[in-house]
Amino acid sequence: MPGSLVIGVGNRYRGDDAVGIVVARRVRELAPEIPMQLEEAEPVDLMDRWEGAVRVVVVDAVVSDSAPGTVHRFEPVHTPLPAQLFRYSTHSFSVAEAVELARTLDRLPPELVLYGIEGERFTAGAELSPAVSAVVDEVARRIVAEVTGHA
Amino acid sequence: MNSEGPRKTKTVKVDYLARVEGEGAIYVRVKGDRVTDVKLRIYEPPRFFEAFLRGRHFTEAPDITARICGICPVAYQMTSVLAMEQACGVKVEGPLRDLRRLLYCGEWIESHGLHVYMLHAPDFLGYQGAVEMAKDHRELVQRGLQLKKVGNELMTLLGGREIHPINMKVGGFYRVPTRSELKPITERLKWARDAALETVRWVSTFSFPDYDQDYEFVALRHPEEYPVNEGQVVSSSGLGIDPTEYEEYFQEEHVEHSTALHSRLRGHDAYFVGPMARYSLNFDRLPPLVQEAAREAGLGPVCRNPFRSIIVRSLEILYACEESLRIIAAYERPDVPAVPVEPRAGVGMACTEAPRGLIYHRYRIDDAGIIQDAKIVPPTSQNQRTIEADLRRVVEQNHMLAEDKLTWLCEQATRNYDPCISCSTHFLKLRIERE
Repeated sequence: MPGSLVIGVGNRYRGDDAVGIVVARRVRELAPEIPMQLEEAEPVDLMDRWEGAVRVVVVDAVVSDSAPGTVHRFEPVHTPLPAQLFRYSTHSFSVAEAVELARTLDRLPPELVLYGIEGERFTAGAELSPAVSAVVDEVARRIVAEVTGHA
Repeated sequence: MNSEGPRKTKTVKVDYLARVEGEGAIYVRVKGDRVTDVKLRIYEPPRFFEAFLRGRHFTEAPDITARICGICPVAYQMTSVLAMEQACGVKVEGPLRDLRRLLYCGEWIESHGLHVYMLHAPDFLGYQGAVEMAKDHRELVQRGLQLKKVGNELMTLLGGREIHPINMKVGGFYRVPTRSELKPITERLKWARDAALETVRWVSTFSFPDYDQDYEFVALRHPEEYPVNEGQVVSSSGLGIDPTEYEEYFQEEHVEHSTALHSRLRGHDAYFVGPMARYSLNFDRLPPLVQEAAREAGLGPVCRNPFRSIIVRSLEILYACEESLRIIAAYERPDVPAVPVEPRAGVGMACTEAPRGLIYHRYRIDDAGIIQDAKIVPPTSQNQRTIEADLRRVVEQNHMLAEDKLTWLCEQATRNYDPCISCSTHFLKLRIERE
């Protein structure tokens, strides 16, 4: 899948903050030919990770007023992200800010899809909450379909 | 929120404390011109990790502790391997020690680079964040990102994987680079050294509130080096102890408003760890290039104004670049990537200097090397009392300011410490109550 890249963002030891990691890994299981990376540190590094890629999908946990397990999907190249959505973040620089910074520096990929999965609890050591766990497979399959559909 | 009169309670809620690692919460109560209460609410110390480590093999400690903090995994890994080696009576010297120092320099460059440019500089230039700043100062932001990237590259080169370096182990590394493998990064580090010097010059032009305080600085000190990996624990008031004595002098207590533990220094109370502490206790250990840059930037051998910490962090980026180049120039590939470490029952302790300050680990292991218990004290945990004291003073000196300006100042005062709150908490709000 040349030019495609799936990036899971999160912290594997912080409850629902692991969902990006878990989804990315599920994508790897379903379609190992799709390049996949994990971002467990600073989302500002996303700009370096997706350099040269044409079609990028990023998955992260979000906290907004939606029900846990809600799946939000954005295409930031076409529409600026709602700033509030990615504001609560265990990273110092949220994914939304990283995307907006990339836009300012002309470093967005040609195609970018952001999946934000509404999280419920973020305590260290906790597993994914049931509502979040329940959507992992569905989101992973959607991503695989979207990416391979363009092949 | 608007004032309803001097005797009424006024509450200002801010959604989040932008631009610190993870999230946290500040609560301040003001009566007239006096601060009656300040609480830094921080949740979740790395207790999960302390518990998770129990029953694991001592060789697993670096990989597990690396995940405590996404921005400073090396700090946790390094302290854990040193503590395990201490327990087992092993000391790693020579080129392996130099490589560890080099890896840690990479983390300093990356972490400080991120903080100076993306998290702290916007405060001084009146921007909400790096994104807004980038619109007006594109090249500056790009320079910051490149600096951070050099740090990342150094970590990848030595660590084997960019984040959560996997190459480190008890006794050394899984693999050590050849001289020629280190050569390409030399050019990048030379660029970074110049960029770091430009950074020092740039941040020294910022406007800093007058805010010198008489802090009790605590840091490592070494007979020859600027402290990174090793040293005695020293303080402004003359403390000088081995890391193995840390718990006799530094006590942690649980405070009601925070699930993180608060640290106290015996005979004092709050103390201050981090770049300013290192700098103020070790200025004489800095190479001439860095000392000269410090003087040009208007600093003396001691810095007591936490708003100027941005200058000190920039100086430490410069130091880390310079030190990295020195280590690489002198590097001889060791014959073996690691020394053997046989487990033995006992307790091991170590302190190193994470980007954010002193970090302490203690482990008890049995004869088979199984971890019985673990204690991990992050730098930000240790700074909490000091941050609270600063907030108290900032609010008392500025209570006349409009709410939003005062809130901003509180956030900025907290950001001075580059708090790695993700090591110890998750959520975040700022609330000022006036009564």
